[in-house]
Order: sequence, then structure tokens, then C-alpha cells
Amino acid sequence: MAAYVIRRLWQMVPTMAGVILLVFFLFNWVGGDPAYVLAGLFSSQEQIASIRKELGLDEPIWVQLLIFVKQVLIFDFGSSWTTGEKVSQIFATRLPASLTVVGPLLIIETIIGVVIAVAVSWVRGSWIDRSVMILCTTGMSISILVFIIVGQYLLAYRLNWFPVQGWGESFTTNLLVYAPLPILLGLVVSIAPNTRLFRSFILDEIDQDYVRTARAKGMNEARVMFIHVLRNAMIPVITFVISNLPGLLLGAFLLERFFGIPGVGREIILAVERSDFPVIKAVTVYVALATMVFNLIGDLLYRVADPRIQLR
Amino acid sequence: MNALAEQGKGVWTLAFNRFLADRVGVTSAVLVVLGLLLVLASLLGLVASQWSAEVAIGHAPPHWFKKQPSEPIGGASSRSGLDKAALSNKQQANTPTLTDVVDPIESEMRQIGAYSTLQSRISPSPTDVQDPIANEFAAASKKLGQQRIVPMAERAQSTPWGADKWGRDVLDKTIKGAETSILVGLCAALMATLIGSLLGAFSGWYGGWVDDISNWIYNVFNAIPGILLILAIAAVLDSKGVLSVVIILGVTGWTGVYRLVRGEYLKHRERDYVRAAYAIGASPLRRMFIHVLPNVSHVILVQFSLLTVSCIKAEVILSFLGFGVPVDGVSWGTMLTEAQNDLLLGIWWQLAAATFAMGLFVTALSLLTDALRDALDPKLTH
Repeated sequence: MAAYVIRRLWQMVPTMAGVILLVFFLFNWVGGDPAYVLAGLFSSQEQIASIRKELGLDEPIWVQLLIFVKQVLIFDFGSSWTTGEKVSQIFATRLPASLTVVGPLLIIETIIGVVIAVAVSWVRGSWIDRSVMILCTTGMSISILVFIIVGQYLLAYRLNWFPVQGWGESFTTNLLVYAPLPILLGLVVSIAPNTRLFRSFILDEIDQDYVRTARAKGMNEARVMFIHVLRNAMIPVITFVISNLPGLLLGAFLLERFFGIPGVGREIILAVERSDFPVIKAVTVYVALATMVFNLIGDLLYRVADPRIQLR
Repeated sequence: MNALAEQGKGVWTLAFNRFLADRVGVTSAVLVVLGLLLVLASLLGLVASQWSAEVAIGHAPPHWFKKQPSEPIGGASSRSGLDKAALSNKQQANTPTLTDVVDPIESEMRQIGAYSTLQSRISPSPTDVQDPIANEFAAASKKLGQQRIVPMAERAQSTPWGADKWGRDVLDKTIKGAETSILVGLCAALMATLIGSLLGAFSGWYGGWVDDISNWIYNVFNAIPGILLILAIAAVLDSKGVLSVVIILGVTGWTGVYRLVRGEYLKHRERDYVRAAYAIGASPLRRMFIHVLPNVSHVILVQFSLLTVSCIKAEVILSFLGFGVPVDGVSWGTMLTEAQNDLLLGIWWQLAAATFAMGLFVTALSLLTDALRDALDPKLTH
């Protein structure tokens, strides 16, 4: 087990190097000279020169790359170009808000997704199954934006059931007052794809030999489904949820933007709008790292849940 | 008996026959083809070419949606006192232009001769700074001269599916928006499929260091969540526009195709028919693209279809956020941006039009993809 973890961590090094190279290439070559972006429209030659010196842009390209690698390693991307806030500070202050929304959302959407998936797998092939699947496809085809726009308008603006937007200081106020509507809309959006995916996980298990054996032993269908099939189908579900965690944190960016929640996702949108490169660079590099780590955790949990799996 | 009769037919004929038996698949195929024909007609200028003409009063309702004639924006607005649409129409007639504004201290400034020094200080030093929107501005003012402006008196009170804030026909906008969104989706998906298939083909076929490098690139792109990569590229590309969106989505979307195509090429490389082709002297490229490619093309086709769906959805979100289609264009995404503000005034027809059009096309395309997969891969059970 330890050898496996070390090997996996070692394999992350080239990938991480690639991510750093990609980000460096994107922001230093494709994006044009950062000094011009930073200096703005009405800037003199001297201003641009001094910014170039400050950012190390007058150094050769490999020195610049080394500066960037150093930034990644010591977790110091400097300050935001627009607000002057430390990038690490931005992360630390925005993360709690994101987690307040995404945490409950993730737990509830997984539970509901599994329940519906079990229900439609129970009647697989029937007209109920087929119409639920078509309904899911339709639900996935309507833009997330429409759900949020209409939901916010109807439930908050017209019916006044929830605040239209906002965010408070205390965790309980946020969770109980401001987070419920974003979470509800997040659920509406995510249930369709989750149901489809979890259903396919269950149907993958339902034709296995051990299921036939269980039925041949005379077990009733409920016991087969809940004790045998569901336990095995939960393994890919867990892996899926864990390895998607970093992406989900960002995925809520539309919710955060619409509801004025000061989270990581909204910060990224703002950074893109303002060409705030240090923030985007930091987010990209660390989210990539987090994705790899969570993938590893997912694989390890896979092993815990299913001892037959050999980790190599 | 049945199996014997089927033996003579090609794999595509068999798949087509299976596809015809799928009613949902055929219906959605018809819808998708109709949608694509509409896009083609719009591209050729047969329909919706005048989408940007302001033909009706601002926020004109649909023909069949009757409200009090004096008050085009009903209940919500009178409740909240937001009568902006009607107000802005009135204002348009007598908005002061910039030339009317008088500088109140002009004479004093002239006297103390401040103007000349001030002017030189304000104006940017002629380094390499240039007006970033000069080209766009010139193009826009040129376009403005060509456009026919319908006088207020001649404008329609209602249109088939309502009008937007500026009085442009929503139906025309939806068709034009469909053209943009669907074309961007198709082009981006095509680009992603091409990159993924080529890289996957070479990687799976040659193995060795080609495979190692391709896998490394794949791992790097896979490590960054898609939406983050899209936003990062959107941040660095200055030129906002349709082409940028295609490039962004094309460059980020290829990983899934790569993985599947690489796997297929690995599998097919050692098959007997490929060895036979080698025996008769077919070159590696010929074996890859004349012999193997047709046998893996069903995988590529399904992936292309899936990618088109996700690219259309991504384009809508990008355009909504303002990182996509420029302001003088229209897509389902920019329509939703406007619709969000309209909805607060109780104007729902633009939202309904964009939602319905997108929902219908994307649902049809998704169901078509499912049917294609079932028809092309009969071993798949669900």
C-alpha cells in the first residue's frame, strides 16, 4: 500500500511539471506581455519597463520559468493585480463560502441520485425507466443558466421564499438563510446527469454472475438489490464523487455568481474579467494538484471498499 | 435464416437498419436535420438576415399575448414602478448628444492658458500604446451607417414572438442565435475530434515514445478541470469572438476522444486484416487511415456527437459570461444575458424562445447520440 502511494505520488511529478509548463506558456506567450495588461492603456515606456523589472520579465525565458516554479513550490503567487490582496489570502477567505454551498449540495445530490437510480433500475426497461431517462436527457439539455435564472426569479423574487442574493458573516446564517436556494437549484441541475450515471453503474452490476447466484439461492429481489448489487455499485459512485470534488468546487461558480456568494468560483470569474493573471495561475495549478490527489484518494478508497482490487 | 441474410450486408447497413427500428432515434434525427437546415438557411441569408433591425417597439409582446394596449409591460413593472422600457423609448428621442454639453469653466481655463498644458498631459505619450478598440469602433460606425433605422411611428406593436429591449424580433434573434451556437458547437467539436483522433491514432499505433509523450499531454490536460482550463484560456486570449470560443473549446475538449481512439488503435493494430494489409505492402499511414480508421469510425462519430452537445452548452455559458460572442453578435447565451434583466420587468418571451430552441435541439441531438451508440455498438446492452 505504502509503495503504491509513493509510486503514484512520484508519477504526479511529470504531470505537475506539464501543468506548470502549460500555465506558464499560456500566460507568458499566448497572453501577450503581462506588463501591458498590468500597466493599462495610458502608460509610459518607463512605467512598463519598471513593471517588467518587478515581474522579472526582463530576464531570459528560463529564469522566468524558474521564478514561476519557485512561486508554485513556496505557495506564494504574490498579490492580485487588481485588489492587491495576497493570492493565498484570497483562497483562505473564499474557500469557506464555497464549501458551505458545495458540501451539503454534494451529500444531498449523491443520496438523491442513488435513490432515483435504484428506483429506475428496479423497473429497468419499462416505460417508467425509459421516460425517466428521456426526462433526464431533456433536463440536461436545458442550460444550467435557465434553471438558475428562473429559479431565482420565481422562488426568491416573486414568491419571496428565499433571499434573492447575499451572504452574511456567521456560518449558521449562511447555511440556513442564504445557501438553501443555491443548493436547491444545484440539486435540480445535477440530479439528471447523476441519475443517468449511477443507473449505468447499477446496471453494470445487475448482470453479474454473483447476482444470478444470489437469485438462485432463493433470495428475494429486494435483498439482491440492496445487499448485493448496491454495495458493489457504490464503489464507482464513491470514486466518482471523490475524484470530482475539486471540479465541483469550481462547478458552482455560476451559482456563486448569481447569488453573490463570495466563493472561489466567483473569484475566478472576476479574475478572468479583470485579467488578474496571478489569481488564475494559482487556481489552475493548485486545482490541478488537488484533482490528482483526490484521484489517488478515490483509488485508495476503491481498494478499501473492494479488497479484490489489486493496486499496482 | 435471419443471420444468413444479414451476412452479406456491411456493418454500416446493419447499423442503419437497427437505427431505423428505433423510433425515438429517428424522430430526433429528423429534428436535428431540420435544425441544421435552418442553420444553413440562416447562414446563406435566407432567413433572419435582418435580425438586428429594430422593427418593433421595445419589449413588444407576441401577437397572441394580449395585454392592456397602453401598457406593454404589465403587472410586474407597475408593481415595482420599473417602467424602464417605456421610459427609455421616450428618452431615445431627446437624449442630449455630447456636443450639446458646455464646459462651464471653458473661458476661465482659456484665460489662464491651462488648456494647452493640460491637453499635452492627458494625451498618452506616443509609445506603443494604441486604442485597443479602434478597429471594432470603425467597423461598428461603418455598420451603423448601412443599417436602416425604422422610425418610431412605423414600428410594430407586436411581433410573432415578441421583441427585445431594442425592438428586435425575438424569433429572428433565436434563429440567428441558433446559427451561432450550433455552428460554434459543431466547429469546436470537429476540432476536438480531429485533435483527439489524430493524437490517439498515432499514439495507439506507434506506441513507444510517441505514446509516452501523448499520454503525458493527456494527463496534463486531464488534471485541470475542463471549466477551469476554458476560463484560463479565455482570460489570456484578448480577441473575444466566435473563433476564440471554437479554439478554446476545441483545445480543451479532445481528451475523451483521444483515450477511446488510442484504445481502439491498440486493439486493431494486431488484428489479422491489418497484418494482411502489411503483407501486401501497405504503408503504415495507409494501414492507419484506410484500413483501421473505417473500423473505429463509429467510436469517433459517437464521440463527435457527444462533444457537439457539450460544446453548445459550453458556448452558451461562455457567451453568457461575456467571454464568447461579441456584442454585435447574438447567440443563445447572449439572449439569456438579456433575458435575465427582461425577466425582472416581466418580459419572458426572449427567455422562453432561447430556452425552447436550445432545449429542443440539444435534447434531439442527445437522443440521437444515444440511438447512434445503440445502433453502432449492438454488444452494448443498455
